[in-house]
Amino acid sequence: MTEPSYEVSLSVNGVPLTANVPARRLLSDTLRHELGQTGTHVGCEHGVCGACTVLLDGQPVRSCLLFAVTVDGQAVTTMEGCRAPDGALGPVQRAFMECHGLQCGFCTPGFVTTVTAFLRDNPAPTEDEAREAIGGNLCRCTGYQNIVASVLRAAEILREESP
Amino acid sequence: MKPPVFDYHRPVSVAEAVAMLAAAAERGGAKVLAGGQSLVPILNMRLAAPAALVDINRLAEELAFIEVGPDRVRVGALTRHAQTEASPIAFAALPLLRQATRQVAHPTIRNRGTTLGSIVHADPAGELPAVLLVLDGEVELASATGTRVVPAAEFFLGPLESAVRPDELAVAASFAIPPGRTGTAFVEVSRRAGDYALCGLGLVVRLGEDDRICSARAAYISVAGTPVLVDLTDAVGGQPPDGADWASAAVLAQAAVDPEADIHATADYRRHLVGVLTGRAGRAAAAATVLVGQS
Repeated sequence: MTEPSYEVSLSVNGVPLTANVPARRLLSDTLRHELGQTGTHVGCEHGVCGACTVLLDGQPVRSCLLFAVTVDGQAVTTMEGCRAPDGALGPVQRAFMECHGLQCGFCTPGFVTTVTAFLRDNPAPTEDEAREAIGGNLCRCTGYQNIVASVLRAAEILREESP
Repeated sequence: MKPPVFDYHRPVSVAEAVAMLAAAAERGGAKVLAGGQSLVPILNMRLAAPAALVDINRLAEELAFIEVGPDRVRVGALTRHAQTEASPIAFAALPLLRQATRQVAHPTIRNRGTTLGSIVHADPAGELPAVLLVLDGEVELASATGTRVVPAAEFFLGPLESAVRPDELAVAASFAIPPGRTGTAFVEVSRRAGDYALCGLGLVVRLGEDDRICSARAAYISVAGTPVLVDLTDAVGGQPPDGADWASAAVLAQAAVDPEADIHATADYRRHLVGVLTGRAGRAAAAATVLVGQS
């Protein structure tokens, strides 16, 4: 017996995309394997590490804990969607680069998506709030100090660049 | 793929969902998928292989709600933790809901996981089962043959085991608003922020007409297979909230629990935490005694 597949339509970073997937295909794997969006990284695959975090209708969620079929019709923002409109690095990405907020970079997509949503909701966070915001993302390289600095720097950049 | 194969059902109404659960119950049973923040890890690790999943995420119109009545707060099965946490009306009526929900995993998990899902999952370390118990909560269950309401005291049967039958859908939980001046607190200790608690409790203090404590009750997590309700009134009843004998309450609570050791903590350490956290929660709840649920 072949496994039934379902047509899933997503708006990925504003682009309508469609995939045919079995019900058990995770959103993380659908993004990477079916849709070629390899900016989303897959770490632990059980919701602990946060590397696969994407924005679902603007809210951060673990893409490894969602079936693509469940979110049919919804809007997904990945790391690629956190770039500047001209394709250059976005404000959060630039802050991570400036502050050395990454070393190997594996966890970074989850941080960038999480921080992008966080700064939209809280444009001037305290250091404590910045730490709380990234509490669900693991990084094994940096020791987090530079990531906290990156969050605060990204907030500055966003303020400087807001009209 | 990580998860095992399952038959997938995507109902668009509660009536359709319970019909699918009834049909699936004849063929090996189905699990209900709401937020999936506990279920999907279990599937990804292949610790479970349900024959079918009934995905209720299309039932938001019927099941994503928070209703505040004069005596109770009702939370629907598709209300995410983040919505419960942010709800001003739920916070005004029952601050304990926000106090406890803030300690559920991380914000990203709370964006997807549901309040009722945490209750039905019945993890011994879960915060919301303790809230249901200490607030005299109930769970409303629907099936193809009707509905029934199960009080919290009869809902939790064992670790990860609730009273929901294979053909039933938990549609809402309701929590009683304690009468009069009430203060609440939820405190826990975990090895890492957002991780499973080694011990924790939700505590409700009520003041009488004389401004003295007339009731103090707490529900403890991670000290048994199900949350443990302990009445602390014998230790602090009749005392003023700012000078109550929480040390005696701590001793009373320690005598009422019988924790087991595991790789995370010894039984003695958990019992120690029961004492320390009872004092911490008692003082915080007493300090928060404010008018709740009164106009």
